[in-house]
Amino acid sequence: MSTSDTTATPTVSRAASPGRRVLAQAGFEVGSLLRNGEQLLVSLVLPVMALVGLHATTSPSLGPGSRIDLAVPGVMALCVISSAFTAQAISTGFDRRYAVLRYLGVTPLGRGGLVAAKVLATLVVEAVQLAVISALGLLLGWRPQLSGIPYAVLFVLVGTWTFVALALLLAGTLRAEAVLAVANLVWVVLLALGGVIVPRTELPVGLSHLASVLPSAGLADGLRSALVEGRLNLPALGVVLAWGVLATALAARLFRFDD
Amino acid sequence: MTAAVTLSDLRRSFGPVAALDGLTWSAPSGRITAVLGPNGAGKTTAIECAVGLGRPDRGTVRVLGTDPWQAAADHRARVGVMLQAGGLPNGTKPLRLLHHLARLYAEPVDVDAVARRLGVTDFASTTVRRLSGGQKQRLALAAALLGRPEVLFLDEPAAGLDPHGRLDVWDLVAEQRDAGTTVIVTTHSFEEAERLADHLVIMNAGRTVAEGAPESVTGGRSLEDVYFSLTRKGAA
Repeated sequence: MSTSDTTATPTVSRAASPGRRVLAQAGFEVGSLLRNGEQLLVSLVLPVMALVGLHATTSPSLGPGSRIDLAVPGVMALCVISSAFTAQAISTGFDRRYAVLRYLGVTPLGRGGLVAAKVLATLVVEAVQLAVISALGLLLGWRPQLSGIPYAVLFVLVGTWTFVALALLLAGTLRAEAVLAVANLVWVVLLALGGVIVPRTELPVGLSHLASVLPSAGLADGLRSALVEGRLNLPALGVVLAWGVLATALAARLFRFDD
Repeated sequence: MTAAVTLSDLRRSFGPVAALDGLTWSAPSGRITAVLGPNGAGKTTAIECAVGLGRPDRGTVRVLGTDPWQAAADHRARVGVMLQAGGLPNGTKPLRLLHHLARLYAEPVDVDAVARRLGVTDFASTTVRRLSGGQKQRLALAAALLGRPEVLFLDEPAAGLDPHGRLDVWDLVAEQRDAGTTVIVTTHSFEEAERLADHLVIMNAGRTVAEGAPESVTGGRSLEDVYFSLTRKGAA
């Protein structure tokens, strides 16, 4: 069978450049997230309420130091977890259910482009969240250690990678309804007991030990060390990185594009 | 005549079930190939292998001379696909989706013209999730045409459409062929196959049981008679 016809003539059907494809998909995903009311609630309204609530009360204890300085990094960690983990797990789980992942796999975007676009979209949404939380924090008297900002950015990037990998691991292996339930449950449990808003040092002893090996506490501790003390918290970074490596390896092996 | 799509001796099993059992057929370039077969004949599995969603356990697939499994983006841009399950994002509106998908191609068609042609503009303000089955079909077909494909795979494109809708789809498919596109249509409809096919493939139990120009496959009998004689239980 002749196949020479495919190389002889120039064709009009070509893919857009890889960068344009990923940017287009990331823009589409951000637009979809911002149009989604429930998602905005989890992404912005709840973190804002958490910060205002922590500022207005004296309990639970956030540990020694300025309360608002300790609260802002914890709420920032909450933002990363809600966007990179909960929102991504749910949207990817339902995209898989409705064969969207299959369909995009046959367009020029492809599967690799889709994952890149999801990470990029997550970072854009986080930038909006962190800008809102920072502005609100400054209004409420937050005084961050400026020298720690590069470390905070590092933790946000590594934390995003780890939590997106965990989201894909969940979304690519369970049914969409189970993803919805588990992603929301994990968010609530990590919020309450994962050393996010309430530092793990302020949790009861048993929980504190457990939380010290969770990526949620690693991320939040890292952000607190950076923005309160201007310090790079290497043990916390190690915990987040270890979860990132583990989740990426498992997701690469176990993720199924078909429901 | 050259073939734009060639499936050669494909085998693919899911557990103990052989979905494709030595499947061989080809789709001539610039013609409409209709693939008929009962449920479970392996039509969808064959299309999945041809568009790179599945990989046969054995055998070779060539689409425009390329192995579609993990083919490059430029190859995927030359191939338009309408999947049976749809696969369109649910939470968005039709025109926003089409304009977005068009951005994945270097030289897409005029999105608004395709949308008007397929009547997508009539339900432009409805979220994809709330579209009727027929509306989703029209939208999925519009999406498959965005990149000016050289090869178009349509998995049951007229299923669920009313008679006017079917006629619109058939006219459009014939137009694509007349413009030089190779079209592969899977169908359960004899009427669709008779109206459209330049080349006919009948599949049963993961194999090709008849292939050729429609008149040579039917040999003067009705397509329906030939189909049932080839695909009834025990016939293969």
